[in-house]
Amino acid sequence: MIRSKIRRSRVLVCITVLCAAGTAQTDNSKKDSSVYAELAKAPAKASSRQNPLEKDPDAVPGGAKLFEIHCAECHGATAEGGKKGPSLRVSEVQQATPGTLFWLLTNGVVRRGMPVWSKLPEPQRWQLVSYIKSLGTPAQAKNP
Amino acid sequence: MGLSSRARAQESPYIVTYDHYLEEPGSLEVEYFSNFATQLGGNDFNAYWLELEYGATAWWTTELYLDGQSTFGDSTVFTGFRLENRFRLLKSEHVVNPVLYIEYEQISEADKIMKEIEGHDVEADHAVPNSMLRQGHNHEIELKLLLSSTHNGWNFALNPLATKNLTGGDPWEFGYAIGVSRALALKASAKRCSFCRENFVAGVEMYGGLGDHASFGLNETSHYLAPVVAWNLPSSWTLRLSPGFGLNDNSHRFLLRWGVSREFSGFGSTVARCFGGR
Repeated sequence: MIRSKIRRSRVLVCITVLCAAGTAQTDNSKKDSSVYAELAKAPAKASSRQNPLEKDPDAVPGGAKLFEIHCAECHGATAEGGKKGPSLRVSEVQQATPGTLFWLLTNGVVRRGMPVWSKLPEPQRWQLVSYIKSLGTPAQAKNP
Repeated sequence: MGLSSRARAQESPYIVTYDHYLEEPGSLEVEYFSNFATQLGGNDFNAYWLELEYGATAWWTTELYLDGQSTFGDSTVFTGFRLENRFRLLKSEHVVNPVLYIEYEQISEADKIMKEIEGHDVEADHAVPNSMLRQGHNHEIELKLLLSSTHNGWNFALNPLATKNLTGGDPWEFGYAIGVSRALALKASAKRCSFCRENFVAGVEMYGGLGDHASFGLNETSHYLAPVVAWNLPSSWTLRLSPGFGLNDNSHRFLLRWGVSREFSGFGSTVARCFGGR
C-alpha cells in the first residue's frame, strides 16, 4: 500500500517535472532568435524614421498605459515574454531603431499571431515605441 | 477563469461598415445591438442581435449572430442566425487593405436588423405583419470585400457586397457600405481615464442597395446616412450610437441604432485549458 503511494507520488513528480520542462521549452522557444528575425525585414526607409515623440514627457507614461491595454496579454506585464509573445527586453528589440519597432507594430507579424496595430493612431504607436525602448534589457535595469 | 478584460481602445464606431481590423487572436467579443426604425404604413419596430466574435488567428475572425425583433402592436420573434468569417488577405499593412467576408444566413423574412441593405430592400418590406413574414425562410450566402485604409488617424472603408438566396431562384443582389471615422485625439493621455478624447471615435457611414443581377442600379433601392460614435471605456466595454436617416422615399425615415460590447482577451487559452491544452 505504502509502496503504491510512493509510486504514485513518483509518477506525479515525473508528470510535474515533464510539464515544467514543457513550459520551460515553451519559454525557451520565446527566446528563439527566429522570432526576432522579423525585425530585420523592416525596409531601410522605415528603420531610419525618428520617433517624433522622443522628447515628449507624456510618451513613456502614455505608452505604458497602451502597453498594459494592448500588449501585456501576450508579451507579459513586464514585457519579458508571455503566453504567446516573445520578450521585448532582449537586446534584439532594445537595440532595434525606433523606426523598426514602429514598422513592426504597424504591420504586425500576422503569420505568427501578432495582429497589425495600425488601428492605433501613429502617435500612440510612437508612444508604445518610447515605452518599449525605455524598458531596457533586464541587465540594464539592474545596472542602470 | 483566466479571462482578462483589458480594454481595447479604438474599437471601430461603425455598425454596418467593416474596417480591416480583425479581432485579436484568442479574444472573444460579446456584442448586443439594437435597431429601432420608424415605419410608414405599418408599426415601428425594434430589431436586435447578439454577436459573438472570436479571433481565431491574426488573419481570421469568426462570428455568430442571433437575430430577433419586436414590432410594436404585433409580436416579438426570433428571426434566425448568421455565421460570418472574415479573412485578412494580405499579411502586412498596405495603403488599401482587403479582407474577404463570407457569411451564411438562415433567417426568416421577419428579420429586420438591417445589418446590410441589399438588392431592392425597401421600407415597405417591413410593413407586413410578422405572422406572414415568418412563413418565408431564407438560406443566404453573403460575400463582401472589405476595403479599408487608415491615414493620419482617419479610417476610410468601402464594402461592396453580393448576396444569393440559396433556396429559390432569386438573382444575386448587390449593396454597399462606406464609412469614414477618426478618434477625437490621436495621442494617449498618460493616465487611465474614461472621458479622455482618445476614447471617443466618431464618423459617418452610408449604406444602401444596388439592385440585383437582373436590374442593377439605384432604381427601387433604399439608402441611409448615419453619423456614428463609439466610446471605448477603460473597463473593456464599448458603447456605440448611430442615428440613421433615410435618403429617399424607399427608405425608413429614421433609424436609431446602438450597441454595447465587451471584449474578453485570453478566451481561447481558457477554453484550451479546460480541454487539457496549454
